[in-house]
Amino acid sequence: MEGVWDVAFVLFQVWLSIVVGLIVLPAMFGVSLGFTDIYIKVLVKILEWATLRIQRGQKEQPTLPSQSANGIIEKDDGSMAEEIGELRRSHPKNLAGGDFTLCDVFYFCKKGIENIVEDQVTQRFTSEELASWNLLTRTNNNFRYISVRLTIIWGLGVFIRYCILMPLRITLAAIGLSWLVIGTTLVGLLPNSNAKNWLSDLVHITCYRICARGLSATIRYHNKENRPKKGGICVANHTSPIDIVILANDGCYAMVGQVHGGLMGVIQRSMVRSCPHVWFERSEMKDRHAVAKRLKDHIADKTKLPILIFPEGTCINNTSVMMFKKGSFEIGGTIYPVAIKYDPQFGDAFWNSAKYNMVSYLLRMMTSWAIVCNVWYLPPMTLQDGEDAVHFANRVKSAIANQGGLVDLSWDGGLKREKVKESYKEEQQKMYSSMIVGSDCHEASVGPA
Amino acid sequence: MGSTSSTLLKIPNVEELMQETGFSSAHIIRLYDRFKALDKEGRGHLCPHDFGAIKELAMNPIGDRIIGAFFSPGQETVDFNNFVKILAHFRPVDKDRPRDPNSPEPINSRSNKLKFAFQLYDQDKDGKISRDELLKVLRDMLGMQVTEEQLESIADRTIQEADLDRDDAISFEEFRKSLEKVNIDHKMSIRFLR
Repeated sequence: MEGVWDVAFVLFQVWLSIVVGLIVLPAMFGVSLGFTDIYIKVLVKILEWATLRIQRGQKEQPTLPSQSANGIIEKDDGSMAEEIGELRRSHPKNLAGGDFTLCDVFYFCKKGIENIVEDQVTQRFTSEELASWNLLTRTNNNFRYISVRLTIIWGLGVFIRYCILMPLRITLAAIGLSWLVIGTTLVGLLPNSNAKNWLSDLVHITCYRICARGLSATIRYHNKENRPKKGGICVANHTSPIDIVILANDGCYAMVGQVHGGLMGVIQRSMVRSCPHVWFERSEMKDRHAVAKRLKDHIADKTKLPILIFPEGTCINNTSVMMFKKGSFEIGGTIYPVAIKYDPQFGDAFWNSAKYNMVSYLLRMMTSWAIVCNVWYLPPMTLQDGEDAVHFANRVKSAIANQGGLVDLSWDGGLKREKVKESYKEEQQKMYSSMIVGSDCHEASVGPA
Repeated sequence: MGSTSSTLLKIPNVEELMQETGFSSAHIIRLYDRFKALDKEGRGHLCPHDFGAIKELAMNPIGDRIIGAFFSPGQETVDFNNFVKILAHFRPVDKDRPRDPNSPEPINSRSNKLKFAFQLYDQDKDGKISRDELLKVLRDMLGMQVTEEQLESIADRTIQEADLDRDDAISFEEFRKSLEKVNIDHKMSIRFLR
């Protein structure tokens, strides 16, 4: 029995030293040994092969529905006025009768049924559908059994992902997080000085680099000259908690968020020892002025790191950008927009918080193929004269959506959980009534007194 | 690995459904996925609350009426087959299908589309749109943006135009006649992309 334990212990030591030597240390120095690149290249080739096989299989059975990323029904893009105008064209109009016609209801009816079949908002809170299967069971929708070879490759994939990659990644994540806690606590003991800041940055970046390796993340940064500077606010679209790791691999940020308990709380408390982050108590979050004041104070101090904020307030599925909450844009200071776009072929990064809790989400991340994403740094923006915060927020949102190739929606991400406000319906009623009663009012004023 | 035929098997009487509604198997599967997505609690049927969760429908002035059209009088739930049968009203008209005089009129015929729209007005299902019913619809579509007098004058004029037999209500025939020139197929049809 003793022999077995000894062997196990030795194996464990070997395993740990391989991991540390080949992955952790190079990661800390920002050096890539090229493993991930080779892995991604091989993966791409395999997925291409799989795609061809599936397409060939589909051609043989033409009744299979193919996925369309643009939605499943054709939608007329006309405005309410155009559509109703078209409806009425064939109907002899009697203007003196007030501009209402029985066929107007068709427009609302059709819109309603279209929304029942497919709507713009609900689909943003579920994972994006792939055009072709990427050999993960979780993204399998309507992909039929094609061939033995494909099944074997899939089975091999399952084995590799669950038995080889996952333990490796969990080890790396554990190492990364413990390093963060220990490192920041140690740095926190030093007196405030330039050396302390430099060390703190080092600890943070190395930790995030290890975590990124822990997800097999390949990140491409574009336009690094626009990287956020101290005293500014970095604003990005939100897809998952991993966004933080992605961004922090290339720069140091001050995080903003609620104070949590448990493991998160430990991490938060130790992080704040080495450099200032902005953590709010739950009760403070409700007071918008207090929140704004703390953020203002932070950016006023030019030695502090740029703040990282996700103005959508919730995770969206990376096909679109939803309404930016204006709070972050009222603080002042320079806004550095960043667009993050994940490649869904290698793993779906979206956190569907209704379906998965944090732990199951992280496990799913660690059993995907890899995380591949592009990060674009956009040129800094500031509030222009006479512009209000809402307009500014929309401007930044459009820039990010444009760069990342995402759909720019004005829906509030909070609708995930809340009901639609009455005001939306009123707007529709207002638009319609201006078409009907608008002419009536004119009549009343022009007609005989 | 899932397969389309296994999805089709989950649906009871799917062959009959396809015959009756004219949807292809691909479209049925699409609608089945949508049905499941709306049925968040996985009960196998939808209730008005599930439709209410669709944000864009909630802001539609006649959203509640449209939702009501899915539920038979007195029923609080709708299953998948009935869900599809209602949506079948909005399938584009099949121009090339030969009209078999013995088979019942297809769900998506011009006449049935008009009947669907008529139902949205005629809530008590007595076959006529009364002045009151018209006022209710107008109030739904215009909200608080117009006064009671404006609503009444619009309703009066509409009835005047369409009501041919002077019974102060619009029957289905009068409704149909009034809209005979409108391109119903285009305006009351939804086309699937694939």
